[in-house]
Amino acid sequence: MKQSRRNFLKTSAVLGASVVGLSSAKPTKAAPQNILSDERMGVLVDTTACIGCRKCEWACKKAHDMPAGNIESYDDRTVFEKRRRPDAKALTVVNEYQNPNGKFPLNVKVQCMHCDHPACVSACIVGAFSKQANGSVIWDTDKCIGCRYCMVACPFQVPAFEFEKAWSPDIKKCDFCFDRTKTGLLPACVEICPMEVLTYGKRDELIRAAKEKIRLYPERYVNHIFGEYEVGGTSWMYLSSMDFTKVDFPKLSQNPAPGVTEAIQHGIFAYFIPPIAIYALLGGVMWLNKNRKHESHGEEE
Amino acid sequence: MEHFFKPTPIQKKFFTPIIMIVSVIALNGLIFLLGRFLFGIGAITNLNDQFPWGIWIGIDVAAGVALAAGGFTTAALGHIMHRDKYEVIIRPALLTAMLGYTFVAMSVMIDLGRYHFIWHPLIMWNGTSVLFEVGICVMIYLTVLYIEFLPIVTERFIGRVNLPGFLKKFNNTVDKLLRFLDKGLEKTMFIFIISGVVLSCLHQSSLGTLMVIAGPKMHPLWQTPILPLLFLISAICVGFPMVIFESIISSKSFGLKPETDVLSGLGRMVGPLLLIYLAAKLIDIVVRQTYVYLMEVNTESIMFTIELLLGVVIPLRMFFSRKISSTPAGLFIASGLVIFGVLLNRINNFIVAYTPPYAEASYFPSIGEISVTLGFIALEILLFRAFVMIFPIISVPQKVAPKTKYAIRGLFK
Ligand code: SF4
Ligand code: SF4
Ligand code: SF4
Repeated sequence: MKQSRRNFLKTSAVLGASVVGLSSAKPTKAAPQNILSDERMGVLVDTTACIGCRKCEWACKKAHDMPAGNIESYDDRTVFEKRRRPDAKALTVVNEYQNPNGKFPLNVKVQCMHCDHPACVSACIVGAFSKQANGSVIWDTDKCIGCRYCMVACPFQVPAFEFEKAWSPDIKKCDFCFDRTKTGLLPACVEICPMEVLTYGKRDELIRAAKEKIRLYPERYVNHIFGEYEVGGTSWMYLSSMDFTKVDFPKLSQNPAPGVTEAIQHGIFAYFIPPIAIYALLGGVMWLNKNRKHESHGEEE
Repeated sequence: MEHFFKPTPIQKKFFTPIIMIVSVIALNGLIFLLGRFLFGIGAITNLNDQFPWGIWIGIDVAAGVALAAGGFTTAALGHIMHRDKYEVIIRPALLTAMLGYTFVAMSVMIDLGRYHFIWHPLIMWNGTSVLFEVGICVMIYLTVLYIEFLPIVTERFIGRVNLPGFLKKFNNTVDKLLRFLDKGLEKTMFIFIISGVVLSCLHQSSLGTLMVIAGPKMHPLWQTPILPLLFLISAICVGFPMVIFESIISSKSFGLKPETDVLSGLGRMVGPLLLIYLAAKLIDIVVRQTYVYLMEVNTESIMFTIELLLGVVIPLRMFFSRKISSTPAGLFIASGLVIFGVLLNRINNFIVAYTPPYAEASYFPSIGEISVTLGFIALEILLFRAFVMIFPIISVPQKVAPKTKYAIRGLFK
C-alpha cells in the first residue's frame, strides 16, 4: 500500500493540527477569575500594636466552623515558644519575637497575603483558586484535585493540606472571610481585635494611612510597608518596628511571582505556532525520508 | 541473508531467582500503597505543609517521564529519519515508554489528594498553569503510545485468535476486527508518531518550567528561566542510553547476544548531545554567576557537582571514545551514568533544590515512599518481562526468512 503525497499532507495537516492543538490549547475563557480591581480591599496589620492575645485565631476558627475550643485557652502564652505556621487546623496564627530595640516583644499575625498577582491562582492545574474583585483569593473545593502545586508555588508558603485525611482532603488557607464580607460583615479577625491592630479598608487608602503613620512616628516603625510592592503587591500589608526579615518574612523581589513562568508558557504556546511548526517540520522530514527510501528501493508493493 | 532479525515473543521461564526478588519488592510496595489509600498521604509519607512534593513526584513522575524519553527519540530516529538499521530497538523502546508513562500516570494518581478528581483537568482548564499543560500533554501522549503499540497486538493475534469456552464463536469476528484495525492503523500511524514526538518535546520541556514558579524557594544553582530547555535536552540525551542499557540487560536476561553494532551506533549520537547539554549548563551558571554557590561546601553544591561530573562529563568522555563505546561493557557503564545523571538531576530539581522558607527539618523520603517507588519500578520490570514473552517485541535472529505478510512488518515501512 502506498499513500499518495496529497493524501499524506492532507491527513497530517488536519489530524495533526487537531491532536497537537488539543494538547496545547490555551483556553482564555476557561482560565480562573483573576481580577485586579481598583476597589479591592485589604488589611493593614500594625504589628507594633499587637499584644498577642490570639483572639483573632479563635474568631477565625469560629467563623470557619473549625474546632476552636474555649476562648480563655488562647491566653496561654507558652505557644509563643515555638514559631508556628498556619496549617489545616488554623488559618491564622500569631507569633512573638523579642525586640532588641524596645521593651515590648513584637507579635506578628500570619495568614494568606491575598497577593495582587497570586502564584496560587496562576499555578493551580484546574483553576481552583481565584482572585475576586474585593481582593480575596479563594479556593474552590469542587474543582481541587489535591495536587498541591499551589503549595509549591506560593512565595509565602501559605496553603496547607489535610495530609491526615484519606478521602477528599482540602487545601486550607485564609479566605479573607469571603462569605462574611459578601454580606457586609468585617473579617472575623478584624472584628474581634481589641487593639485595632487590623485595619480593613480599600488597599490604596490603607497604603496612604500606613505612610502617614510612618511619617508621624518614624521612631516607632521601620520605613517599609511590607506588601506594598512585594511580589507585585499584596492585599494584606504590614508595619513593623523591626526589619521584616527578622520577623520571618521572606525576602522577595517586586516582580509578580508567576511572571517568569507565564512568560515562558506564552512563549512556547504563542497561538500554537511553535507546536504546529514542529509538527509540520517533522512531517516534512518524515515525508522526504519516506520518499527517498521509496525511490532507492523501488516500489515494494 | 545470513542475519535476519525478527521480533518474536521470547520463550523462557517467567520466574528466575532475580524475578522472585523483584516480585517481593513489588508486593511490598503494593502493601504500603494500600496504606496510603486507607490512612491518607500523611500516614505513609514524610510530606508536610513545607514539603508538599516528595519522591513520588521527583522520581516517579519527573524522572519517570525523562527516562521514558527513549520512546520518542527512537521513534524520531527510526520512523521520521527512517534509519532502518535501528528498527530493532524501536519496539523495546516503545514498550518501555508505554509502561513508563503508564506508571507516571499511576504515580500522579496516588500522589493526588483527591485522586477521584483526576479527570478534572480535562474539563477545567487553566492556561497559565504549567502543570495543566504537562498533565494534558502526558494524557494525550499516553493514548498515542497505546495506539502506537496496537499494531504489535494485532500482529500477535491476527490469524491466532483463540478465545476460551463459549467465546469461541466470536473468534472470527475478533479476527476481522483486528484486521480492520490493522489496516486503519497502517494508514494513519505516521500521524500518531509525529504527534508523539511533538507532545514529548512539549511536556519534557514544560516539566522543567514546573519549578520556575517556586522562585526563590528553589536553590539558585538550579533555578533558571532556561530550565525547560535544559529538561528537553537532557531528556533527549537520556533516550538512547536508556535503550542501550535496557537492551543489554534484556539480552543478558534472555541469553541473547547484544546487538553491539546497533547499540554503539546509538552510542555515537549520545556524545554530541551530552556536549550540547553540558555547554548549556555551563553557560547558564556563568551567565547567572551562580558558580559562586559551588565555592561553598553543602548538600546543594555537592549534589550539583556529582550530577554534572558523574552524570555528564564522565559519560561524555566515554561515549566519545571509540574503544569504550564499541564494547557492550563500556556502553553499559556509560549509559548507566547518563541515566544516573538525569535521575539525580530530576531529584535535585524537585527535592534537593526546593528549600521552603519555614521548614523545621529537611525532607527525606519515608520507608513507605521508598517502598512504593521501588515497588512501581519492580512492577514495571515484571510487566516488561511479561510483555516481551507475550508479544513480538525483541528481535531475535531467524534461520529462514519468513514469508507471511504479517511476519516482517515493523510498525510501518
Ligand atoms: S499568599 Fe500564597 S496562597 Fe495567598 S494569595 Fe499569595 S500566593 Fe496565594
Ligand atoms: S492542590 Fe488543589 S488548589 Fe492546589 S493547585 Fe492542586 S488542584 Fe489547585
Ligand atoms: S480574614 Fe478571616 S479567614 Fe483570614 S485570618 Fe482573618 S478571620 Fe481568618
